[in-house]
Amino acid sequence: MSDEQDVITGINAPVYLKYNFTAGAAPSRFLTQLKKGVLMGQRCPKCSAVYVPARGSCALCGVATEEDVQLSDKATVESFTIVSIPIPGNPIEPPFVVANLVLDGSNISLIHLLSECENSEVRIGQRVQGVWKPESEWDYSMNNIRYFKPIDEPDVPAEKIGKLPVTGWEG
Amino acid sequence: MANLAAVVGIGQTKYMTKRTDVSIAGLLREAAFKALQDAELTWDDIDAVIIGKAPDMFEGVIMPEVYLTDALGCNGKPMLRVHTAGSVGGSTALVAASHVQSGTFKRVLTVAFEKQSESNAMWALSNAQPFSTHLNAGAGGYFAPIIREYMRRSKAPYDVGIKVAVKDRLHGARNPLAHLQKPDITMKEVEESFMLWDPIRFLESCPSSDGACAMVIANEELADKASKPPAWIRGVAMRSEPTMYAGREQVNPQAGRDCAADVYKQAGITDPRKDLDCAEVYVPFSWYEPMWLENLGFAPEGEGWKLTMEGATSLDEGGDIPWNCSGGVLSSNPIGASGMIRFAEAARQVRGDAGAHQVEGAKLALGHAYGGGAQFFAMWVVGAEKS
Repeated sequence: MSDEQDVITGINAPVYLKYNFTAGAAPSRFLTQLKKGVLMGQRCPKCSAVYVPARGSCALCGVATEEDVQLSDKATVESFTIVSIPIPGNPIEPPFVVANLVLDGSNISLIHLLSECENSEVRIGQRVQGVWKPESEWDYSMNNIRYFKPIDEPDVPAEKIGKLPVTGWEG
Repeated sequence: MANLAAVVGIGQTKYMTKRTDVSIAGLLREAAFKALQDAELTWDDIDAVIIGKAPDMFEGVIMPEVYLTDALGCNGKPMLRVHTAGSVGGSTALVAASHVQSGTFKRVLTVAFEKQSESNAMWALSNAQPFSTHLNAGAGGYFAPIIREYMRRSKAPYDVGIKVAVKDRLHGARNPLAHLQKPDITMKEVEESFMLWDPIRFLESCPSSDGACAMVIANEELADKASKPPAWIRGVAMRSEPTMYAGREQVNPQAGRDCAADVYKQAGITDPRKDLDCAEVYVPFSWYEPMWLENLGFAPEGEGWKLTMEGATSLDEGGDIPWNCSGGVLSSNPIGASGMIRFAEAARQVRGDAGAHQVEGAKLALGHAYGGGAQFFAMWVVGAEKS
């Protein structure tokens, strides 16, 4: 028998995590409408800002949001990054463009994928629109929109991003 | 009015990719023990222990404080854990300081850590959310669009971030504890490094480190008797704001500006660039130096990059307000400890104990940390004198 012991510098001990998401009133409304192909936001009764996805309150004013506002699937690029490394748990192949997008009629950005575009031509203020999955595949998920793609509309000046009406941008 | 308190001992581990020779407990104990040695104290001299780290999933060890009590000499003593995401090292130091400033305890040990090699922080920061697409690409993916917006607004030259990346690594080469040791780094090398999250290159990003940092904080009576010069705590401030709200200023967050104004007021600072001798500021991606130069009032809005390009923040270029002389987060990033390292390095400067990265004659220094979606801020000002 050897007196020498192995030096243990690490053993593999995986941690798995699954959780149930209790959506609450406002996100439930958002997800329910999303399953029908509708992007629904909510307006703050105090500052009039429209939130999407609505979380039930305006974090700036500290008041509940109750008025639903149906939004367009057209959006403006607020900013973006071109990602060259994989996202853990997502099979998407790099490089890909993740954009902070402000849907027409809303005042806050959400992140989504930008595709059908030249990565080098993506820019702040660019106009884009959602490309939806077939209706039969719609679920309670933002993945109902596969990605956003550029559309032939003039760029929105930076100072107007996040301030467009639901009817959109005429240039 | 709060009582006076001071840093009387500092201990840090050597920062590196993997510390396979010690457990998490061993890592913390090493930093804590060094801080006690520096203060010429023993565990018996400590009234309470305040510990901090970033999210548990960064190591996959849930509630590590539960198993660290004995390793940190807390049997029969109060122990408290703090969490404020990436700023936690800073806010942990402030919670520790407040327990002394309030008179609750005479002398506390505070320690913060991360052992990134035990799990995958990018994975931990990239969880799918049920109301969004699964495109969270770690911290770099989150901050890259904000940096791009800063570049658009400020019209800064493209190589400002490259210059910061070089400058902080040259500073790091003076600090034997720094993880990255790159004394020969060049602008070209940074520019040609892999573009991870455009516009952030590999060498414009912080490394993943294992490490811990600890401090002993004592009240005025005990600090007056300390064997080495104390770093007097002249101002403390924390602020937070929500990650998302309509119209939120993400490039130049209000919470950061308010936090800086508060800490400067306490320390009697009216012009931070002139009044402070140096600063240790949380810059995990190089472009955050010019952005925080503006947020913290060292430069007018849109002009932070000019200080960087002039060499004002560089020790090697003889700048008037050196930032991150230790090498900063860009040279070492044990996430939960990174904020405390900023606070401790500010204290080392005013104690005149910063070795080869000492700013000569430093009397007043800022320590800064931020975390979450640039929504938690923690700052302190430390001085060689009491007032």
